Amino acid sequence: MSSTLTPQRAARTDVGPRGRRAARRERLAGRLATLGPGLGYLVVFLLVPLALVLSYTLFHRGRFGGIVYEASTDNFTRVADGLYLGVIWTSVKLAGLTTLLALLLGYPTAYLIARLPRRWRTVALVLVVLPFWTNFLIRTYAWIILLNSEGVINRTLTGIGAIDRPLELLYTPGAVVGGLLYAYLPLMVLPLYSAIERLDPQLREASANLGARPARTFWSVTLPLTLPGVLTGCVFVFVPSLGNFVVPELLGGGRTVMVGNLIRDQFLKARDWPFGSTLALVVIALLVLLLMAQAWATRRLAGGNRA
Amino acid sequence: MSEHRGAPTGEPLVSIQSVSRRFGDVQALEQVSLEIRQGEFFALLGPSGCGKTTLLRILAGFEHPDSGSVTLDGADLLAMAPHRRPVNLMFQSYALFPHMNVAKNIAYGLEREGVPRREIRERVDEVLATVGLTGLARRRPHQLSGGQRQRVALARAIVKRPRLLLLDEPLSALDKKVRAEMQLELKRLQHEVGITFVVVTHDQEEAMSLADRIAVMSEGRVRQIDAPVPLYERPADLFVADFIGANNLITGVVTTDGLRVPDVGVLPCPAAPDAVGATATLAVRPERVRLGADGGLVGVVRDVTFFGGTTRVAVDVTGLDRPLLATVAGAAAVGLGDKTRVDWSGADAVLLDRA
Repeated sequence: MSSTLTPQRAARTDVGPRGRRAARRERLAGRLATLGPGLGYLVVFLLVPLALVLSYTLFHRGRFGGIVYEASTDNFTRVADGLYLGVIWTSVKLAGLTTLLALLLGYPTAYLIARLPRRWRTVALVLVVLPFWTNFLIRTYAWIILLNSEGVINRTLTGIGAIDRPLELLYTPGAVVGGLLYAYLPLMVLPLYSAIERLDPQLREASANLGARPARTFWSVTLPLTLPGVLTGCVFVFVPSLGNFVVPELLGGGRTVMVGNLIRDQFLKARDWPFGSTLALVVIALLVLLLMAQAWATRRLAGGNRA
Repeated sequence: MSEHRGAPTGEPLVSIQSVSRRFGDVQALEQVSLEIRQGEFFALLGPSGCGKTTLLRILAGFEHPDSGSVTLDGADLLAMAPHRRPVNLMFQSYALFPHMNVAKNIAYGLEREGVPRREIRERVDEVLATVGLTGLARRRPHQLSGGQRQRVALARAIVKRPRLLLLDEPLSALDKKVRAEMQLELKRLQHEVGITFVVVTHDQEEAMSLADRIAVMSEGRVRQIDAPVPLYERPADLFVADFIGANNLITGVVTTDGLRVPDVGVLPCPAAPDAVGATATLAVRPERVRLGADGGLVGVVRDVTFFGGTTRVAVDVTGLDRPLLATVAGAAAVGLGDKTRVDWSGADAVLLDRA
């Protein structure tokens, strides 16, 4: 009895895994087909350059530029030099200030847009992103016309007699922050808008019904529940602000050097690719840490916020 | 009315006078007037879009009427901001704060009143015991079942000891078994805490089983306000007769002998000497219709539906556009296609819309 049963059973169990393996292969092929193009693009244009940058950090510049392939950690000791750390610190401060101001300006804007009648929301959102349709360089140049000692603001202020001498507005850290804020504010408003708009309006009503004034409702209900949007907006503004070199160049006049300018100069002026790569690596490491912190915080918040 | 402890004292708590509200082309409320008595369980019943939720939101302060007045204990309720009203609402979606645990959700309203921390803890524990959720204080809303969330929403609303508790379709999200259980519990709770409850529902069974009095609404108007039994037995108009329970509605002309319906005959109905000659609609409940009796109308059985305790029989009668429904106890003695007689006594029928 058992001798006739065993082979059958064996045969049946044999079909199982083979079928499953085939199904798994098929699924894998399907995934590769859909992921393939994007994955290929990322490998060629992100991973390969990143690997090159990483490997350059170990070499040093030759006498007439170029790269001398002798491994050392000299570049990293040089980054630790006060001068370069100072520039990185200044960049973090300016990008941080930009992010904070963007949040303070962006939250009320996003909040108001989310509470507009539905058809006006789209109009308002289009207005928010409208500046993106103009070239970034042109928009930044326009700020020079505004902030110049002979610019619109100074001429208006002297014209009405508010000041005797033109204010020094251009080529200051303030001008850099203003330019960055102007450039990246929409990146703060959009994720905030989507977070606020998604918030169940009944939660605000429930808060009021339980005796909370509007301000208490904001601090206890609206803000905590839109924190993931706040974090996203902050990262969206901080990351490009930190690496930006056009705004400090044009509005900072080379007097306010940010890490982006430093890296650009190492590659294009000093022709020290290995050191430029090392500085770039430091920025990448900073941003990766930041993104990891953001992902962690968002996951924690979202875990508790599932309705 | 007075056989239970939570029976209304008769004192009006809330007085709604000619309240109207328009949203664009839609008249959500039109000249609504009603009084809610101290300690009663009041239901606003009607199909969706009848204005009952708008009325509830006006009481909570989330909507403002275009005209009319609302007073609570004689004070103008409409002049108070939502967060100052002694009125709590249990939302249909529960609207629990997802980032706070159960205890925090319940404590939220007490914290806003500035109740001392120790007292908050005591009252939260107490109300958790009342709704049977002791031990779940540290859970987040997403870790609870639908029934448990509903209890948290209820606890959060009653812990403030409001003068008036509003419940928006409180049981609609629950499955049938939990719903029956919660129905009993709501009623028990209302007697226990002695708060005036106003429940909004489209479910007539829910309204009938919970409420002391029911206001039936349709298209922004109040059609009838009555206790469940009179509402069922003496509907004030056609809408109520049709909306509450099943009813046989037959239109004809009032005579001294009954209601004359062309091609059918004279049907038994209560005497209405002042309405003789007028057109009216007769309403008779299926359970009042007798099958196989002598006299009455002759018809053919079209459908037999067995519900266990009762059986509903639909009988086609020549001359009537709708089959007559009769409910009989147990299994029916007639089968599909049988010829049978249907009859009812005039006292069991109601004459409506006598023009």
